[in-house]
Amino acid sequence: MTTQELPFPGLAGVPTNDEPQNRKEYTADQEVRWCPGCGDYAILAAVQGFLPDLGLRRENIVFVSGIGCSSRFPYYLDTYGMHSIHGRAPAIATGIATAREDINVWVVTGDGDALSIGGNHLIHAMRRNVNMTILLFNNRIYGLTKGQYSPTSEPGKITKSTPVGSVDHPFNPVSLALGAEASFVARTIDSDRKHLTAVLSAAAAHRGTSLVEIYQNCPIFNDGAFDAIKESDTKADAIIPLEHGQPIHFGAQDENGIGSKGIARDEVGGGVKVVDVVGGDVSGLLVHDAHNPDPTIAFALSRLTDAGVLHQAPIGIFRSVERSTYDDGARQQVATATAGQSTAADQTAALASLINGKDTWTVL
Amino acid sequence: MAKQVQQLDRVIIRFAGDSGDGMQLTGDRFTQESAAFGNDLATFPNFPAEIRAPQGTLPGVSSFQVHFADHDILTAGDAPDVLVAMNPAALKANLADMKPGTAIIVDSHDFSNRNLIKAGYEGNPLEEEGAGSLAETYNLSVLDLTGMTVEAVKEFGLSRKDAARAKNMFALGLLSWMYGRPTETTIDFLTARFAKAPDIRDANITAFKSGWNFGETTEAFVVQYEIKPAKMNPGTYRNISGNLALAYGLVASGVQSGLPIFLGTYPITPATDILHELSKHKRFGITTFQAEDEIAGIGAALGASFAGSLGITTTSGPGIALKSETIGLAVMTELPLLIIDVQRGGPSTGLPTKTEQADLLQAMFGRNGESPVPIIAPQSPGDCFDAALEATRIAVTYRTPVMLLSDGYLANGSEPWSIPDVDSLVKIDPNFATETNKTVTAKDGTTSEEYWPYIRDEETLARPWAVPGTPGLEHRIGGLEKGDGHGNISYDPANHDFMVRIRQAKVDRIADSLPPLVVDDPSGNAKVLVLGWGSTYGPIGAAARRVRKAGLDVAQVHLRHLNPFPKDLGEILKRYDAVMIPEMNLGQLSLLIRAKFLVDVVGYNQVNGMPLKAAELAEAITDLISTTTGDVQASDAGSSSKETVK
Repeated sequence: MTTQELPFPGLAGVPTNDEPQNRKEYTADQEVRWCPGCGDYAILAAVQGFLPDLGLRRENIVFVSGIGCSSRFPYYLDTYGMHSIHGRAPAIATGIATAREDINVWVVTGDGDALSIGGNHLIHAMRRNVNMTILLFNNRIYGLTKGQYSPTSEPGKITKSTPVGSVDHPFNPVSLALGAEASFVARTIDSDRKHLTAVLSAAAAHRGTSLVEIYQNCPIFNDGAFDAIKESDTKADAIIPLEHGQPIHFGAQDENGIGSKGIARDEVGGGVKVVDVVGGDVSGLLVHDAHNPDPTIAFALSRLTDAGVLHQAPIGIFRSVERSTYDDGARQQVATATAGQSTAADQTAALASLINGKDTWTVL
Repeated sequence: MAKQVQQLDRVIIRFAGDSGDGMQLTGDRFTQESAAFGNDLATFPNFPAEIRAPQGTLPGVSSFQVHFADHDILTAGDAPDVLVAMNPAALKANLADMKPGTAIIVDSHDFSNRNLIKAGYEGNPLEEEGAGSLAETYNLSVLDLTGMTVEAVKEFGLSRKDAARAKNMFALGLLSWMYGRPTETTIDFLTARFAKAPDIRDANITAFKSGWNFGETTEAFVVQYEIKPAKMNPGTYRNISGNLALAYGLVASGVQSGLPIFLGTYPITPATDILHELSKHKRFGITTFQAEDEIAGIGAALGASFAGSLGITTTSGPGIALKSETIGLAVMTELPLLIIDVQRGGPSTGLPTKTEQADLLQAMFGRNGESPVPIIAPQSPGDCFDAALEATRIAVTYRTPVMLLSDGYLANGSEPWSIPDVDSLVKIDPNFATETNKTVTAKDGTTSEEYWPYIRDEETLARPWAVPGTPGLEHRIGGLEKGDGHGNISYDPANHDFMVRIRQAKVDRIADSLPPLVVDDPSGNAKVLVLGWGSTYGPIGAAARRVRKAGLDVAQVHLRHLNPFPKDLGEILKRYDAVMIPEMNLGQLSLLIRAKFLVDVVGYNQVNGMPLKAAELAEAITDLISTTTGDVQASDAGSSSKETVK
């Protein structure tokens, strides 16, 4: 899948590379130091495998991260990168993206980094719709500090800092993003390489901020948090796949691939609800429209996510709509102001005029 | 009737009124008239943090002091010669600064019982008689300025409230007559400002002219004063405030370095005007980003620096506290970044609209770990322009965040500024890395060309700056400790020790590029040196003049660079028997000087939100000279009112 086939020109302005590229070129010489079995390995492999397909010049890609296990990500990619400070990656990325149209900007963050200490920067990046793709690795735990509950941990969670159970209520990152005016919101799973890659492609192709929540297993401090959506005997009932233009159904499939359950509008409650699909009849089901300008139904779908131990979660692109971006707008204002007067001589003359102002007097 | 004309060499006028009375505008116009006339001048706006404090109350009083003279002056003056008070609160709030015999012009219109009580008066001070009364103590002029204004503008059919609002222009007209100010600039200004509201425009111009005519015809004023233009160095001048000069210096930094400017910032008093100004100058390739908070402001600026812009953030003390972690990241990643701190009274929210110099140690030490940051400070409003360029030179040349410490007095105060020739400004070369810089030999003997982001320039110890988009130089930087040269993560103990020391050595190396200090010691016989930094330059210079005028010797040195210190500072300090450091804090530069040079300096410390007063400082200097030289006669001024710390 290349960017040109996708609906929005997310990568416009970034120079392309006509030569074929491979994953090796995108692999840095640094030893990868995540714990054995960490979901981050699968995500790194998917990204290293997918970046060459974007066809961009490698030197025009920047990965920015905050602090946490996932934030070591930039060290393992042979692009430009900055491993910054806790929670601030979206702010730093905003500066890069606004200063340079020709840079493809990625943010790698985690549930603690993005939603706890960096919550403010995350929501404002999405509100402004700055050109960047944010990969939010959600393992629902603090890993690097060795196992405290995070803002996505389930209520009652027993951790080192909550020995009798957490009394915090978690965020639903997709609901949060939709509430923060995000123009592209998706969710995928570390272990589903095909789905992960497809979502990343769509996210990269989107112009504006793309928020991709990636369910990621931490085998050390929160192992099994996503078992229900990964185990072969439960995942059909747990994953609600969202595909634009398709009726939403899941559960055990019949011979035509239609699931035993589906999603329909809940006329009484105003949201959406799970219904049984009888005889493969999908006519009453909600047809997913990721391009709907009104985020109401996308939000309702996000609420189908089980906030406790994860037994049910919609997966896919919740929302993908076109909206003007902050950085394009800011650059346009500067370009308009500098049009036809950007040579060094022009600037020097303009500077002299500026500092002289209108009210001067001369002493001979 | 014929008026006398009296010559004066200098005058200090303070316009005071309610914060809604337009006193800042009045003072600013009087200043522009004086600048156009050719006087040297200095101004001091003083206003409450509240946008509209309760009308008629003491906290709501706003004032603007202007000092203008026929010779060069250094401060806005200690105490006014003339106070213009537009209501009872303005009179009460400013009376303590008036010496007996000085002139007070009062608008009597608002001296109703209700307003007198609001201002805390028990009776009407204008009506008191006898010893100690206003009329006896001062040269008091009680005029119904508001009533005369309303009468003068009645032909324009404004509401009484709108008509009365022009009273500040009436007062300006009167004072303009009294001091022979040219009127064209104010009439032009009013014409442009109210172009869209002809009745308001005409009312203001009429009020202004009526004030002038009232002065010329009334018997209340028999003397008109003349203050001749000052003899100033040849050049073209304009009046400029510190924040405006700083903004222009930042624009110039972009032009002189060829770097696009990216300002990431969050509104905060008294720094916000720099954002307002830079946002107007996009034609210079300037991007201004009003972030969601102070942290995002500097974060985006640092991101822009990584991407090849000149990243700048502007703030005041509380904002620096929030930005500290990102400043540390800039120290670690060794990227150019300007951090502008327009200091205000602290701690915490403190005194947002008042001045102070108490962020020096925060700038120096306010981060975790060994985190050296160069610090520079402008000494006058116009000097903010040069200081901005110098900060940029250091940031770009040495690949480092640089802290520029302005303050509220510099930011809002103004002075005539000799406009520099743009061709004479320093050129700053970003010197981007474009090539690999390391040949690496593998175990099998094959070699490869690599880019190592932490190989240093021998002279400056600066690392190369390779920006995204440069092929072959892809690299990762971050907050974790870097391995020397290659820049990969390193937890090696010896490497950390080396890197901590070399980051410090790089900042120390800046001193090699600094010019020798200017020692102002006219007689060459001074035993006492007064050392200052930042906005105390004016008061210290004025105090030194007073001391010298009294026949004593004193030397003055003013620091632009606070970190690193100039190389000759230690030797200069040791030349003098005593060193005094006046500061608007409890002794922050004193602490650094004592620690660095083991010199037992004497502090002169004031933290009342106001600039130092030259007369009080002169007394303290005189006292120190007398104790140092043992010459008792030198001290006839008694002890200083300010605490001196020895």
